Parts: sequence; structure tokens; C-alpha cells
Amino acid sequence: MNGPKPNPTAYTAASDNADTATTIPVPTGTRDVLPEEMAELREISANALKVFADAGYGEVATPALEYEQTNRIGATDSEDGAYRVPDKDGQILTLRYDSTIPIARLAATRYSEVEPPLRFCYLQHVYRPIKPKRAQSREFLQIGMELMGMPAPNGDAEAIELISNVLKSAGLNDFRIAVGDVGFFSEKLAAAGIDDSEQASILHELQTRDLVGLRRQLMAAAPEKAEALGEVAAARGGRELIEREGAERLVALDDLLQKSGVADNVIYDLGLVRSLSYYTGTVFEVYTSTSGFAIGGGGRYDDLVGRFGRDLAAFGFALNMERLHLAAIAEKEASVN
Amino acid sequence: MTSPNVIAAVPRGTLMSGSLDLLESIGYDVAEIRENDRKLFFAEQNIITMRPSDVPTYVERGVADIGIVGKDVLMEQSDRDLYELVDLEFGACRMVVAVVEGDEHVSERQLRRRGSLRVATKYPKMTEDYFAASGRQVELVEVKGSVELAAIAGLADAIVDLTATGITLKENGLVISEEIANCTARLIANPGSYRLKSTEIDSVVERLQASVAVKAG
Repeated sequence: MNGPKPNPTAYTAASDNADTATTIPVPTGTRDVLPEEMAELREISANALKVFADAGYGEVATPALEYEQTNRIGATDSEDGAYRVPDKDGQILTLRYDSTIPIARLAATRYSEVEPPLRFCYLQHVYRPIKPKRAQSREFLQIGMELMGMPAPNGDAEAIELISNVLKSAGLNDFRIAVGDVGFFSEKLAAAGIDDSEQASILHELQTRDLVGLRRQLMAAAPEKAEALGEVAAARGGRELIEREGAERLVALDDLLQKSGVADNVIYDLGLVRSLSYYTGTVFEVYTSTSGFAIGGGGRYDDLVGRFGRDLAAFGFALNMERLHLAAIAEKEASVN
Repeated sequence: MTSPNVIAAVPRGTLMSGSLDLLESIGYDVAEIRENDRKLFFAEQNIITMRPSDVPTYVERGVADIGIVGKDVLMEQSDRDLYELVDLEFGACRMVVAVVEGDEHVSERQLRRRGSLRVATKYPKMTEDYFAASGRQVELVEVKGSVELAAIAGLADAIVDLTATGITLKENGLVISEEIANCTARLIANPGSYRLKSTEIDSVVERLQASVAVKAG
């Protein structure tokens, strides 16, 4: 060892072996995939796609570039961060930010007459801007599904059972699916006589996961009900919780999940909301004990497909392939030790 | 004593002793941490110690399940995916705008003349949010050390900083012109741990709330 070499350019990686040093960078938040990892990713995705195929889901792909107007039909705010490129004719193209909106477009326009339910799955990259210096990815591979034309609770149950099978097909058994209902807490607020504008600021606290601010806002809006409402927002648990709180839609879902044996991996969370605005019912996130982040999530979006011209209740989820892979490796290693 | 099965991130510095007192009151073994000033990682006690502004980083990535951190740090890092669970009601500080004594109207004057105010701070995101919310344009100057200097030496028209007693500001010839927020210590949690360890974390939350209530008397 000769000690660290001076860095001749900012591009040179810190390595004292010139033969292996990376000298030409890729953009931050992107990376190369080398054969060993690629082989493992291929195996996971092949197993997952087989789970989808066996359940009657057809794989689709959508363009990496879509018209910005198309995304605007689907959601007014969720794609604000998308990468944009001007086209020659002045049209703005956006790089694929998620797969649900393009597949809603695909389903409503190409399957306008087909008898529902429609079942689609996909394996494709999405692109999102990153916050600097947070070790985030701006390009990542998602595997997921969309089930259209099957309302709650049957569609929700089919999808949650499916995600459970996909996780198991990747070798993961130690996972939890946190399930919530986007409408439940706002209905509680309305029942407590809290008006729309106050509801919006209370729900904003829930969205930003600030339960201190939430309790403060509740105290200002409805002092005598604030403590009980604060407890609802923070409540996580099993069957007894949703029965006690009268979360009827979740109870109906749980009836089905109990039958399929998936309920053991589910934890109900009455304060769970998600950042994408198109969700209308059940929402969920998937966690494993080895990953600090959710490895995936999804939910019900009953209005979205209709905005593209065919009114279909729908449910979808996406898993981050890299996080799924890392979680599967971590669980395997933990079981060896 | 065996610590709860929840890994806690504890900030070094002014909030450390109050944090350790609270954790001890709910069953964490903190004796060694009080004695040892250099060690950072206490595996047996389920405690990691770090610079305050790093607490959200470790908790967001799930290296620690929970953390104790000032609201000032949380406001500056408001884009992190974290649960804010309890106001621990200690370590109270104020986030303020301060200007040179005798020149209290510098903000209005500069905004009128230049349309913009030059503000030095260690909290650029929070400062930008605050002035934007009140419709004023600012030029931000980020500094790492004593912010008071920026105003006295003429680097900026005003500063935004955290103050507990106001003594440092006063000694440097500055006066508070606006109060932005009251900042106390908060309990935060990783979103995954919040669900995977919901029973353990709820128990920590309940006992901390009880400890805080006892202290508040």
C-alpha cells in the first residue's frame, strides 16, 4: 500500500488501485448494474412475473416519455417533480414518474370495450428528482400491478394477497403490510363537526407525519374531541383495532384477508396516508425489519381511469426492485447467522 | 437495567443531558453514556449518540428506531420522511430574526430600497420558508459558525438564529426583531419502526408523555 494518491481530477474515485478506479462518472442518483447483481435481479423479477402471470395478469410496458398533458389528466400535483423535455413542436414531454397514470391511459383507451376486470402487471424504470446528498436514486426499477374494474373490498384483497405472494417469491417472509384507509380519518373529522378548511390543515399534519402538530391543530379545532381523534390518527393494530374504531371498510377487507391467510402480515394503521393524490380508498406500504424505508406501496384509485374516459374502480401497487432485492439478501443472511 | 428494544438516537450537546434523563426515566440504561464522553455507539444500551443535526438522518434511514432532536433541526430538515411523535418540552429555544441594535428598521429600509433583504443563517431552508411565507424576498448567506458576526461585520442586514437566553445576541450588539418559532426537543421515529415495532414504540411514547407531564407538574 502506498497510501492515498492525490486526486488529479474531481472525477477520480478514491482508490489506490488505478486499474479499478472509476474515471468517468454517471449522474448522481444513477448507477451501473453489474452481472452478479443483474442475475439476482433477473431471478427475482422472473419469479415475481410468474406470480403475476399465474394470477392472470398480463405484462405491459408504456413509453418512457409521455405528453405532460396526459399526466395532467391523471393527477394535478403528483407529477410536479417529473423531468421534462421540450419537443420540437413545443409540446412538453415528461419522463415516466410512475406507471399507474400511463397504465390508466392505456386501459381506458385501448380496452374501452373489454369486459372487466382488467389485470396488468409491469416491470419498468421510473425517474424522479432527488434531494442532494441523501443517497437517493433518481432512476429506479419498479415491479407492480394494476387491477381495474374490481371494486373494494375484493379488488383490494386480491392485490394485497398478490403482493404477499410476490414478496414470498423473492424469499421474503419477514415483512409487514401497513394498511390504511385515506377516507377514514377525514370522515372522523367531519363527524366531529370540523369544517373543510380546518380539516385540510389537520390532514396536512398527518401527511407530513407530524403528530405533535396534528394534536395541536385538533386542540384548536375541537378541544373536547382532540385527544380521542389524536389517538385514532396514531392507532396501529390488528382486527380488534378496526372493529373497535368502526373502520367498516377495513373490517370487510380483513374478512377476506383472514380467509387467504395474508392477515398475519398486515398491520392496520388508521393514520396512514400516501403522498400521491389519486388514492381514494385503501392505501398500504410494505416494510421489512432490515430496511428503514418502505420497499413499496399502493392503494385504491377509483377516479383515475375514469378521467381517461372509462369509469373503472382500480387498485395498484409498485415495489422498488432494488429495495426488494436488498431486503431479500438481508433476510437470507440473517437466517444463516 | 435493560434498555427497551428500541434503538434511540441521542443528540450530543445541549440537549444530551435532558435526553438521557428522559430515557433513563423510561428504563434505558444510560450510566455508561453519562460517563463516557468519546464513545458514540452503545450497542448494549440501544443508544447511539451523534451531532444533533445528524439525528434525523440516522432515524430516517432506520439505523435508529427513534431519536430526540430539537424542533429547529426538524424545521430545517422538514423534507425528511419521519414521524414526529411527542413534544418533550425541554431545551426550549426561540428561532429569531436579529438585527444590529440602533438600526432596527434595516429590514423595511432595505426591502424598500433594494427590494430584498440579505440574511445570514445556519438554517437556510427554514429562513427561506419563513420569509417566503411573509412575502419578502431575501438573499440568503449560509454561514457555519457564529452567525452574530455576519450582522455586526456587515456581511448581512439581518441574521436568523436560535437563541435560548438572548445573551449572546445582546453581547454582540444585536436585538431581536422578529420571533419565528418556539423550539423544544421532539421525539421522532422511523416510519418502518413505527409500524414494525408499534407496540414497543407506543410504550416508549406513553411513558415519555407521562414523564413529560410529571416534569411539567
